[in-house]
Amino acid sequence: MGEGPHSDSAGGARWRRLYRHSPVVRVTHWINFPVLVILLGSGLQIFNAHPSLYWGNRSDADRALLALGARRAPDGSLQGITQLLGREFDTTGWLGVSKGAHGRPEIRGFPTWATIPGPRWLAMGRRWHLFFAWLFVLNGLVYVGHSLAQGHLRRELLPARGELRGFGPTLRQHLHPRRLRADSARGYNLLQKLSYLSVIFLLAPLAILTGLTMSPWLDAAFPGLITLFDGRQSARTIHFLAALGLVLFFLIHITMVVVVGPVNHTRAMFTGRLRIREGE
Amino acid sequence: MKTLSRRGLLKRLLGSAGLLVLSGCDRLSQTRWFPPLLETAEPVNRTLHHLLAHRDAVAREFTEADLSPRFPSNGTYDPDTPAYNLLRASGFRDWQLEVGGAVERPVRLSLAALRALPARTQITRHDCVEGWSAIAKWRGVRLGALLEQVGPLPQARYVMFFCFDRDGNGAHYYESIDFEDAYHPQTILAYEWNDEPLPVPYGAPLRLRVERQLGYKMAKYIDRIEVVESLKPFMGGKGGYWEDRGYEWYAGI
Repeated sequence: MGEGPHSDSAGGARWRRLYRHSPVVRVTHWINFPVLVILLGSGLQIFNAHPSLYWGNRSDADRALLALGARRAPDGSLQGITQLLGREFDTTGWLGVSKGAHGRPEIRGFPTWATIPGPRWLAMGRRWHLFFAWLFVLNGLVYVGHSLAQGHLRRELLPARGELRGFGPTLRQHLHPRRLRADSARGYNLLQKLSYLSVIFLLAPLAILTGLTMSPWLDAAFPGLITLFDGRQSARTIHFLAALGLVLFFLIHITMVVVVGPVNHTRAMFTGRLRIREGE
Repeated sequence: MKTLSRRGLLKRLLGSAGLLVLSGCDRLSQTRWFPPLLETAEPVNRTLHHLLAHRDAVAREFTEADLSPRFPSNGTYDPDTPAYNLLRASGFRDWQLEVGGAVERPVRLSLAALRALPARTQITRHDCVEGWSAIAKWRGVRLGALLEQVGPLPQARYVMFFCFDRDGNGAHYYESIDFEDAYHPQTILAYEWNDEPLPVPYGAPLRLRVERQLGYKMAKYIDRIEVVESLKPFMGGKGGYWEDRGYEWYAGI
């Protein structure tokens, strides 16, 4: 994270600019965003074709971990029922039953606004998913390759020696918005490093590997895949959880950007440079 | 105050961007040019999968203890046509499988004749394109053995299966596979399911098992087999009922 040569003064305060993101990081970041949105939407479209999750190799209906279903209420209206680990929730409008393209309630796992395409269209959802999965993998390979070759991983992402020690007790202080803002001028803080590392080297590979495990052809070629994830249906479940993990990461990521300065940090992801008030 | 409005703006921006993406995706799906772009992933996957897997890499086989307590029936569960019902009434004794097309010795084989050919029994996992999996035991004639008997001509490239069942619009079901899959040791024409004659919901009298692909490739209610040079002249030209409706011809994924 080299300190840039630029410094200027505006509105009385003195500012300097820090060179924060290399072009490859910026480009792969902005490719990743729509690609992940599309993978999520098309993934939910595929999920909707059989909106239940299981463990093992079989999908026995009575042993579902999660099932989005529907029921007729006594008044004749459709009720969305979500069953999760044996418990039942009424999720009408969100899961199980939601408004379809014509505005009438229809039986579907996730609602139209969350799926690509919106209406039920498994074949097209698969086309989107299996195409953009390639973009996700290639983009990820470029990013990881660059990070390894250019030292981005070593310098900016791996925790420095001693950084892990003594971090626990001061965690609350580190999470204070002012502290976060001040720290963001210096580089990624430890929590940030750990969450980026787990997304890059845990969640993303997990999503890719469990996705591949759902391919019967690759199961025949690499039987170890099925063993590793304890069955095709467990692979499907883990794939769903990995996607959920990525969504959670995205929400925290956006929250953090808003906390530390949305304009400055979003701009930095375009220009590469972060504006820092002198003295911070 | 300033942060609040900024936050509000960001939220609105993200919300409308999200809507734009999703409705944009719907519109793109309807264009003439975009779906073919998405479809370019299929030959990439197919080529790569064939490079990665040995020709005869076998799908995992299970034990009796792994059998699904209930095996779903998807798509057609009963063809219910006059011709089919007539054959069904006599236990398919009067039915004969016709194997023809680009072959040296076309044949017609009764169920008894099929049962006399080299058979294979396998307990495998059936993966539906919808996402579910179920395990069952199948017994049937090895398609490779049947092909050796009829002798495909040198220019032949695919094996096509024509089925008894039709959809609500009268369109016939059909499917096709290439020779690599056709000669695969686990590729069979099953006439037994879990040690009983193939039940109607699972495709009586005969259904295809292609264990390294998704369920929709495994044609049920087979009436006739044709060895062909090209998929184009048949029905929608994509090599199968589901393929004509947008699904991948290569369903190993």
